[in-house]
Amino acid sequence: MKTLLIGEYREGKLLDSTYELFGFASQLNADTAMLLVGSEAQLPAYGGALYLADAASCGEYNPDLHKQLILEAVQKESPDYIVFLHSSYGWDLAPRIAASLNIAQISEVIAATDGGFEVGCCNAKMRRTVKASSATAVLTIQAGAFPAVQPGGSPTVQNLAVVIGGALEFVGYEPAEKKDVDLAKAEIIVSAGRGVGKKDNITVIQALATALGGELGASRPVVDAEWVSHSHQVGTTGQTVSPKLYVACGISGAIQHLAGMKKSDFILAINKDKDAPIGEIADVLVVADVMQFVPALTAKVAR
Amino acid sequence: MKLLVCIKQVPDLESRFKPDAAGTWYNEADLAFRMNEYDEYAVEQAVQLREKLGEGTELTVLSIGPDRVVEAIKKSLAMGCDNAAHIQDPAASGKDPWQIASIIAAYAKDKGFDIVFTGMQSQDRGSAQVGVTVAELLGFACTTTIVGFDYDNGTITAKRELEGGIKGIVKLKTPALVTCQLGLNIPRYPTLPNIMKAKKKEITVIPVAELLATEALAATTSFHPPAKKGGGIVLEGDVGELVDKVIAILKDKTAVLR
Ligand SMILES: Cc1cc2nc3c(=O)[nH]c(=O)nc-3n(C[C@H](O)[C@H](O)[C@H](O)COP(=O)(O)OP(=O)(O)OC[C@H]3O[C@@H](n4cnc5c(N)ncnc54)[C@H](O)[C@@H]3O)c2cc1C
Repeated sequence: MKTLLIGEYREGKLLDSTYELFGFASQLNADTAMLLVGSEAQLPAYGGALYLADAASCGEYNPDLHKQLILEAVQKESPDYIVFLHSSYGWDLAPRIAASLNIAQISEVIAATDGGFEVGCCNAKMRRTVKASSATAVLTIQAGAFPAVQPGGSPTVQNLAVVIGGALEFVGYEPAEKKDVDLAKAEIIVSAGRGVGKKDNITVIQALATALGGELGASRPVVDAEWVSHSHQVGTTGQTVSPKLYVACGISGAIQHLAGMKKSDFILAINKDKDAPIGEIADVLVVADVMQFVPALTAKVAR
Repeated sequence: MKLLVCIKQVPDLESRFKPDAAGTWYNEADLAFRMNEYDEYAVEQAVQLREKLGEGTELTVLSIGPDRVVEAIKKSLAMGCDNAAHIQDPAASGKDPWQIASIIAAYAKDKGFDIVFTGMQSQDRGSAQVGVTVAELLGFACTTTIVGFDYDNGTITAKRELEGGIKGIVKLKTPALVTCQLGLNIPRYPTLPNIMKAKKKEITVIPVAELLATEALAATTSFHPPAKKGGGIVLEGDVGELVDKVIAILKDKTAVLR
């Protein structure tokens, strides 16, 4: 079996997540080739074939052009699977490749099973096993689902000629917003999720954080609704935290939230839904209404 | 200008999911359905553009599915879409993203849309494929996961959300398709007068057979709950007792409470 792995590169650097692709390939026991739109100066530690195009001339984000490069490598390699990370780069490019080749795409793979792939669905509450009907398939793998593996060595580079064009003009990057709280340093974080119900209830969650001597965190919907500022957001598009105690109040446990807090030493979750996926990683799941349980807990802690 | 926004109706994600008879998707009995959250941002952005451009702009909302999806269509009309296409398909949930995208592209191809809006993914399937695939099939420029949108004279300036809070700014010329991310805007609640007005807006019903010309490329062979990893304690019961138990556990297992 052969995989063509599509590496990632941003702001002049090879992204570490690229090594998760090797972790995936090694679980499949597959031969690998990699394609990277990156630079000679940032080669992956990997001794196999590398199709390399120069990001300085191709652009780091130029999907139409990157598509052409990938299709060229696919033609040379005839892989069984073309594998991307399920990331802002991968989910943007993968369907373009699948559509161009008229082959299946299986998104956000978390495991390989007998002849198929396991993917999450229903906001991580359920799983599906999916099989491709086409001989070749495009896969995107979930961030963090496979171990990062550095095969070691240096690649045999094949430079890809740069085609010009693309329907997009990349203007530039905008840095992440400045944070007014650094959650990464907090020892205790009490986070509010959509389950707290409304903006006024944030004070109840803040009160527990204060009573415990910790900081207020939040899931994304709470930030999007402007109940708290973005600097409190935990997750892939917020901060990554690892406090001694993380209290998740009315948070379902979507993968993008878990990615930001699963390394916490101790996780206490309060959720009215016993089956909420947060229960999969929580040390303690309290099945209760947050607005009843949290004030009662705060009162006892404060005493 | 002609605008299209594609929406999906999904179950309330706080529900309990049970496999259907075939064991390949959820059983719809007892589930309450609503508009896919990502699509609410898409509708809002399309409506804002429609309002900015004013007269001479037409905004169509499209949804594929059984008759229940008309509820989500009506909500979009009440939010400000001009008219709707309901692609009637009782078996939509069994189709793969490739087929769904092909149906949308078949509907859109001769209609001269300038901009198509979709959500970045659905909350139930989460494949994040349909929007991009539609763009490929139509030959439209496309960008994904947008948290900022501006349109001026044939050019869209979009802000894409990348990992860790970084954003990428891109410009694309119409015809184009964008997939919308949470937080792009604040979706409006339809007002009562607008709900009444929406009742007069036209919903064109098209049987899916008229548009479907592709076979599925991927098949779901099983729908099931995740394997329980165990380890965690689940506490239920009286709130007062729960508080005492939690405090005892925190004192025992963490160094933060003494
Ligand atoms: C590209 C991308 C990036 C993302 N980045 C992030 C990120 O950085 N951080 C992030 O958090 N999310 C992120 N998300 C969103 C993520 O997928 C989820 O939508 C989000 O985490 C859900 O937040 P939530 O758990 O608060 O809300 P929901 O999923 O709506 O869950 C609410 C929970 O509250 C419970 N509940 C409801 N009422 C009560 C009550 N009265 N008492 C107790 N429990 C109650 C419910 O049972 C449910 O489990 C991202 C998504 C995408 C696509």
